[in-house]
Amino acid sequence: MHPALQGLLTIVIGVGGCVGYFYSANLFLDKVLFKAEGPNAGRNINRANMIRPWLFLLPAIIALGLYLAYPVVATLRLSFLERLPGNEFGFVGFDNYSKMFAEPKFIEAMKNNVLWLIIVPAAATGFGLLAAQLTDRLSWGNIAKSIVFMPMAISFVGAAVIFKLVYEARPEDVAQIGILNHLYLVFGGAEPQQWLQIPFWNNLFLMVVLIWIQTGFAMVILSAALRGIPEETVEAAIIDGANPFQIFFKIKIPQIMSTIVVVWTTITIATLKVFDIVFAMTNGQWETQVLANYMYDKLFRANDWGMGSASAMIIMLMVTPILVWNVYNARKEMR
Amino acid sequence: MDAIAGRKPIVVWALNISVVLLVLLWLFPTLGLFVSSFRTGDQITASGWWSSLFASEQTLQIRAADPDDNRVDLGNGRYMVEGNIFGEDAFGGEMTAWGTSSRNLGANAPGDTADLGDGETFTLNADGTYVWEGDDDQISGRAQRVFVDATTPPDFTLQNYNFVLFDENNSEGMAKAFFNTLTVVIPATIIPILIAAFAAYALAWMDFPGRAILIAIVVGLLVVPLQLALIPLLSLHNAIGIGKGYLGVWLAHTGFGLPLAIYLLRNYMVGLPRDIIENAKVDGATDFQIFTKIILPLSFPALASFAIFQFLWTWNDLLVALVFLIDASGQTTVMTKQIVELLGTRGGDWEILATSAFVSIAVPLAVFFAMQKYLVRGLLAGSVK
Repeated sequence: MHPALQGLLTIVIGVGGCVGYFYSANLFLDKVLFKAEGPNAGRNINRANMIRPWLFLLPAIIALGLYLAYPVVATLRLSFLERLPGNEFGFVGFDNYSKMFAEPKFIEAMKNNVLWLIIVPAAATGFGLLAAQLTDRLSWGNIAKSIVFMPMAISFVGAAVIFKLVYEARPEDVAQIGILNHLYLVFGGAEPQQWLQIPFWNNLFLMVVLIWIQTGFAMVILSAALRGIPEETVEAAIIDGANPFQIFFKIKIPQIMSTIVVVWTTITIATLKVFDIVFAMTNGQWETQVLANYMYDKLFRANDWGMGSASAMIIMLMVTPILVWNVYNARKEMR
Repeated sequence: MDAIAGRKPIVVWALNISVVLLVLLWLFPTLGLFVSSFRTGDQITASGWWSSLFASEQTLQIRAADPDDNRVDLGNGRYMVEGNIFGEDAFGGEMTAWGTSSRNLGANAPGDTADLGDGETFTLNADGTYVWEGDDDQISGRAQRVFVDATTPPDFTLQNYNFVLFDENNSEGMAKAFFNTLTVVIPATIIPILIAAFAAYALAWMDFPGRAILIAIVVGLLVVPLQLALIPLLSLHNAIGIGKGYLGVWLAHTGFGLPLAIYLLRNYMVGLPRDIIENAKVDGATDFQIFTKIILPLSFPALASFAIFQFLWTWNDLLVALVFLIDASGQTTVMTKQIVELLGTRGGDWEILATSAFVSIAVPLAVFFAMQKYLVRGLLAGSVK
């Protein structure tokens, strides 16, 4: 069958199945299991109403449990096992972890990831804040914002191609087609550089791609937060003779601090999972390895499920503080 | 505030200029790819894309027509070849000078006759017509090379798109990958919305024990990296016979998209006016009716924002497709994977790369610009409170 037809059929079956499930489960509950009539009508309605939420939630709980909760446990388990011949597994304790920490490539990935985690959220939030403040009262601010926001729609892989062209290096005696090398030569560089092959600095050139993508996100949210600041506080500061910098740093920033933290952590999570950019641009060569790509290497190239799972657990461990903090905040809000 | 602050014109100028710079900085990388996708491979390697936007001085290296097929016998052992150096098509540029070897570029003006020695001559006019004359030996073998200095206007072509999308013989074309991506994306966007909408309604408007804990779990699952799910779920899919394929990738995208969907929709639904829902209940509406007749239509903006997120995320995804969809046969490859592959095999062919990448970027960009309002609204609902 043609995949497009198959897709169409799946939509029909999937959507029909969902609607059918919700509709018939409700009908069953009201008309068969607990009829809202007869001597026990009142009790039946109460019972039906106790069960109904779970009917509504059931598909979501199954999907969440199977696709997100179960894998956390299963990956944790796999990280303590090794694959033996014949689809058997043997318990090896922390061997996978200790082997991993002894691997230079893993240490490199950890170091790079820490670097990513420090630089990308800071830079994206910083640029986002700058863009939000600058465009705030500009007549064409919305157009400017649209353009800074646009990379958000572009895939990491697309962005990788875009920036490969920016970083492209050609031999010295022919015309440069990468704009970075062109500018580098115009401003007195000696010879064209292979930007992605210079250890350490190439990490920064990869980070630029993610910063370019995430800045728009930061800008949109921070711009809304800036708009939400009560005018009176700013006006009062102006009357007291504050200069624009003081207004920005001492009046505005403190008032949107909680939003800045939310933006920062959201970008941090995106940064932790960064895979496509490195996979497409350097594939971890020239000392640009990161955890997610290291894990992919272990799982699908080396076929080492134990170490692959162990490195996935490291990523999980790194998001855990944010997870706990988010849950804590969500619960605080509900009270 | 403008009036109070009494902004000086110079400050306004500085502000405008810095925003222009910022916008250009953000636009330039994409623009480069976009422009490159409309240039031929030769043009791309000959000059940077930024110079193609303006008329440029170029030296074109062209050969005259093949003398063995085209020469005309003038008698007395003289032969000549006549024609237009620019071929059949009209030349849009303007010739400034020309030469007959790479050592004397631009030695002749248009209309000049160059003496090639031993009675061999070459005349080239500004419109490209030429006369190449000489004896039997001279007008044979390889055709004469001409180096034309010309100011060429911006010159763009659609042939890359033709090749990448519609060429039957191009085994690395994007057409199949485009439809595969579409096949992945549409069910993977619609199904989680339905499941999440019911769950979100239950979490927002129904009272039952354990509700708060469920909401907390959803918030927690929001940040669980999907990297953890790869191996356990692939084994699961293999065990229950789904293996690698569309069904697996639809299920995976549904699972991974649900936390955000439930979270966004619940936040939105909680904010709907209580009166409407209670009035409906008093009038005897069941929860199912309230949901389908009142909540769903009112939640349209939130549904739209999530749909856009999920659409962008599944369209742009590489990892989930690599793990759950693309098998050894490569029949089910998606666009992101195809581009990564092209980066490996056609790393230097920028006309192919740029065009392929732009084909995959174009749809999300169109959705982005058409639905930006909903996207922004969704982002704000998801992270600011």
